[in-house]
Amino acid sequence: MSDSQVVSNQVVVHGAAEGAHHEHLPYQRHHFETYAQQSDATNFAMWLFLITEVMFFGGLFTAYLIMRNWYYPAFVEASHQLNIFWGTANTAVLITSSFTMAMAVWSAEMKKKGTLLLCLTITFILGLVFLGIKTIEYGEKIEKHHVPGFHYSMQSFLNPQSDPEVYKEYKDKPLSYDMARHTELYFFLYFAMTGMHALHMIIGIGILVFMIFRARAGAYTTGHVTFVENFGLYWHFVDIIWIYLFPLLYLISRHQ
Amino acid sequence: MSPLHDKNFESIEQHEHHHHIVSPRIYLTIVCILLAMTGLTVAASYVEMYVFNAVVALAIAAFKMILVVLFFMHVKYSTKLTKLTVGAGVFTFLILVGMTLSDYWTRAWGRW
Repeated sequence: MSDSQVVSNQVVVHGAAEGAHHEHLPYQRHHFETYAQQSDATNFAMWLFLITEVMFFGGLFTAYLIMRNWYYPAFVEASHQLNIFWGTANTAVLITSSFTMAMAVWSAEMKKKGTLLLCLTITFILGLVFLGIKTIEYGEKIEKHHVPGFHYSMQSFLNPQSDPEVYKEYKDKPLSYDMARHTELYFFLYFAMTGMHALHMIIGIGILVFMIFRARAGAYTTGHVTFVENFGLYWHFVDIIWIYLFPLLYLISRHQ
Repeated sequence: MSPLHDKNFESIEQHEHHHHIVSPRIYLTIVCILLAMTGLTVAASYVEMYVFNAVVALAIAAFKMILVVLFFMHVKYSTKLTKLTVGAGVFTFLILVGMTLSDYWTRAWGRW
């Protein structure tokens, strides 16, 4: 303690006013003790946000579960309208994009700028491919008047043979008018769930563009990877939603 | 503070604050399993299993989700706080869905 007596009083007062001031990395916020504490806190916040997202999509999934059980024949025949080829392709695209996103986080952690840019760009492109395929699928629904609303058509369910493409695969029996009406509910939930999922993809792709520009300027490879890491969590979350949407909408009613 | 407590606290600090970098080998293994599982769930949907078609599809989806959460989202290597948060989130979600379903189930099921 002999040092502190030599140093002027002013320094001691200054130190007390600032709290226990310490050396830290330029990207560490002042109110955190350590960088580890800062990244833990940010990570925690991101997870809390994702849990609110789980609750939001959870409501849609619960609605689907209840409606499917009430109007089972309508939901089965309506789901036969979905194209399993495109659904499977999109699942593969999204899982691959999750992988490239995980690799982007790894590149940032390893401070590899080139690899980071490559991974972010591939993730961005795969996100666009997903939305492109979704557009093809939505286009089919629009053509067949399977979008809920004033122009909704029950033709494919009142008279399945009028829809030869689907009929030759599933040999569906005609539904009663009252049951066929409820196919509109299936498509309402289909568009609500895949639409909200697609909106999340669009937001994610927007943030990816932002990140690509920032990464080009040298961001994220300085040891401060929080943004890439937390965006990764978001992207994987969107992937998980699709992992459930795919079987529930496309697969589980093939034999009923 | 006893020396034992102190020592434990230090080990927790070290464990919690060690930033784990997951290797590309693990990511590659996981993505291969996920793609294989996607193939499997599509193949399973072509097999007539009655009520079990939905059960199998959802079981595969849950397995895929767990892989994504543990490895891609790093929960396996995360702090206890993150693990607890994720666990509590899933638990609360299941409670909410369960309560909603039990309410619908016990009142005039399907008569709306």
